[in-house]
Amino acid sequence: MSVTKLSQKPGQLRRAPENFLPSEFRTELTAQGMSEQRRGFLQKSFMGALGAGLAAGVGSRAMAQSGPDDPAIVTKQEWQTTLGKPVAVKPYGTPSIYEEYLQRRESPGLTQTSVASVSFAPLQGFFGMITPSGLHFERHHQGWYDIDPAKHRLMINGMVKKPLVFTMEDIMRLPSVSRIHFIECGANTGMEWGNAAVPTVQYTHGMVSCSEFTGVPLSMLLEMAGADLKKGKFVLAEGNDGSGMTRTIPMETALDDVMVAWGMNGEMLRPENGYPLRLVVPGVQGVSWVKWLRRIEVGDKPWGTKDEAIHYVDLMPSGLHRQYTSIQECKSVITTPSGGQQLLTTGFYNISGLAWSGRGKVDRVDVSVDGGRNWSTARLESPVLDKSLTRFNIDWVWDGKPVILQSRAIDSTGYVQPPSRLLREKRGTRSIYHNNAIQSWQIDSNGEVRNVQVG
Amino acid sequence: MFKWAKTAAALAFATSAGAVIAQDVLSYEGIGREATANEVSAWDIDVRPDLKGLPKGSGSVADGMELWEAQCASCHGVFGESNEIFTPIVGGTTEADQKTGRVASLTDPAQPQRTTLMKVPTVSTLYDYIYRAMPWNAPRSLTADDTYAVLAYILNLGYIVPDDFTLSHENMAEIQAIMPNRNGMTTDHGLLTVDGEPDVKAQACMSDCATQVVVTSTLPDFARNAHENLAEQNRTFGPYRGVDTTKPPLAQLPGVNYQPVVAMAQSAEIDPKKLFTQNNCAACHAAASAMVGPSIQQVAQKYQGKPQMWAELQNKVKQGGVGNWGSIPMPPHPQVSDEDITVMIEWMMKGS
Repeated sequence: MSVTKLSQKPGQLRRAPENFLPSEFRTELTAQGMSEQRRGFLQKSFMGALGAGLAAGVGSRAMAQSGPDDPAIVTKQEWQTTLGKPVAVKPYGTPSIYEEYLQRRESPGLTQTSVASVSFAPLQGFFGMITPSGLHFERHHQGWYDIDPAKHRLMINGMVKKPLVFTMEDIMRLPSVSRIHFIECGANTGMEWGNAAVPTVQYTHGMVSCSEFTGVPLSMLLEMAGADLKKGKFVLAEGNDGSGMTRTIPMETALDDVMVAWGMNGEMLRPENGYPLRLVVPGVQGVSWVKWLRRIEVGDKPWGTKDEAIHYVDLMPSGLHRQYTSIQECKSVITTPSGGQQLLTTGFYNISGLAWSGRGKVDRVDVSVDGGRNWSTARLESPVLDKSLTRFNIDWVWDGKPVILQSRAIDSTGYVQPPSRLLREKRGTRSIYHNNAIQSWQIDSNGEVRNVQVG
Repeated sequence: MFKWAKTAAALAFATSAGAVIAQDVLSYEGIGREATANEVSAWDIDVRPDLKGLPKGSGSVADGMELWEAQCASCHGVFGESNEIFTPIVGGTTEADQKTGRVASLTDPAQPQRTTLMKVPTVSTLYDYIYRAMPWNAPRSLTADDTYAVLAYILNLGYIVPDDFTLSHENMAEIQAIMPNRNGMTTDHGLLTVDGEPDVKAQACMSDCATQVVVTSTLPDFARNAHENLAEQNRTFGPYRGVDTTKPPLAQLPGVNYQPVVAMAQSAEIDPKKLFTQNNCAACHAAASAMVGPSIQQVAQKYQGKPQMWAELQNKVKQGGVGNWGSIPMPPHPQVSDEDITVMIEWMMKGS
């Protein structure tokens, strides 16, 4: 195991070489400014220093040799010499054909039927914090529908002064807000509780996505119906699909930042994500973000529905199940380089990943390249938002020796993403849900990245 | 002077009726309407653990068995034991569990599956879910009495009620009192609300942290290609390629020109397997084993070489049918195009 250099400075691999100018020239330059002659000298000195830096300073790999002329440049390409396609050939744009390998995928053997299943988002190919809508992870409990918005209704009933019905026209007339939040399935990384089980970040962490959602605060609708906020301690959210998906949400959460949303990344929700209406419950596991939302009921006790009494219950070593576990605690993962990827050469790499917390903002992310012995703090890309994915980056020069990469996030409450050992001591290995442990990727000397767990 | 006039005009406008700006709105007039009693009862079908919302009705174990075998057994197995499509419903509970309200096998590493009856603490949950969502290809088709009957049968399979039992709204509370895992749940944890107390507290050590780094778990070699070729799950350009999992690991770093797979050019060829999944055929038909419907293999065997094969199968897909393979009907699929059906039939006959 070798410790290679991690640098927190953004951008270039090489700093401008230090002291490459004679001190008298620097003095002259400061005193008299730039002239043609001085400019020429400066240029020559800089080039010389750059050459020396490459050879001595920055790892074993020099800049690619200038060989024969590159046909990509010296040969005229089809797209340079012919007429391109007109506008609106694709009235709804789709990704390049060269991106076809990045798709939502099922994990073989995870579920026996793909109608009540999961497809994972290809995190290994993402940039920034927003998940492309077409690659948002999917979880359906009884298949998905493309519901006719003209026939979709939202009902608010239960402990309210006046039960209400809203059409999409009604809902979308209300004053809306747009917010960026992550959604993570409670079972994300669930396959990894006991041991390394799946090869890539798509399967270990691909049940997380992040979008801008547009809708109205649930509190507004509850207020309109005259909800009894004293006795009404919980709300039930119900979906319009065949499973009539239902989840209990504490009123405290419901009144906080929960939204009834129709918009996702500037357009309507995708059918797989609940078109035309879904609940957005920031920081809480995805199952509570009820899709195809048709009803909100106010009540004084939780409902104990199928997905809070049989599934989405966390088995503890004592044999007790934890019920109504909801919050997605602080977590991070390196997405590049990550499991199943192949490094081509030694030299510079930008280690990049995602961090998030259901309890607030990401405060800091540390990265280790030696399996957790030593850590350096990564750069956070802005914006850093509440209960949202945050992108982190850190510069790294790989010397070709085997390494183990890890990331560790700390959120605005001070909570530190734990190693799996700590979680297992408390929760055992059979709880399936809420695994937010530190992920390890081993890079072998042949450049292959593998999913490993370290003790 | 001019400025003043403009301001005055603006003031006059703002205070006149009908020009109220949003911050002043206290109610959203004309948005939404009161729900009728019928509308509320059509949708408000949930049943809580305290049995609030439980409809009146009853159903016997015997009636439940009949319903079960016709509508439930194809997915869940005749005894609720099947692991083919879903986790088993029945198994792993004992008479002793009914006394303690804690399922002992939940701590037994030898117990292969966590069945529904091992986990579910509340009998209301089963009633609610069966009534709202089962059977999964025809949700909301069971009456309240049907639901009591099916639930009675499940409880009977779990030895919670006797063979001659009739379950009803009047004795659900008694059943709740003997549910095997009724005391098996806890809400004593910090994951319910945003300000809950986390149950682990890690340290953010920065240097010389772990004394030794030991790899405790890796994927076994035989699983190398279990998620199909990872080279086809990554970009073919940029800093990384996907590992070519159809081959053993490379002997050394491959260099910048390494290209395990070529970029996928958009193929004009239609993928019949994709069509089969997209049209939801795969929800009921698997390659070799019968699920809700017959397997592709069975269909191929039955129709192979028949002169009327094309017309018959085209018709089956379009119109649906029942009786050839059991009592579960195949629903009609008028939305699937003739061309797609032809491609899929050809594929099925070739042994998919």
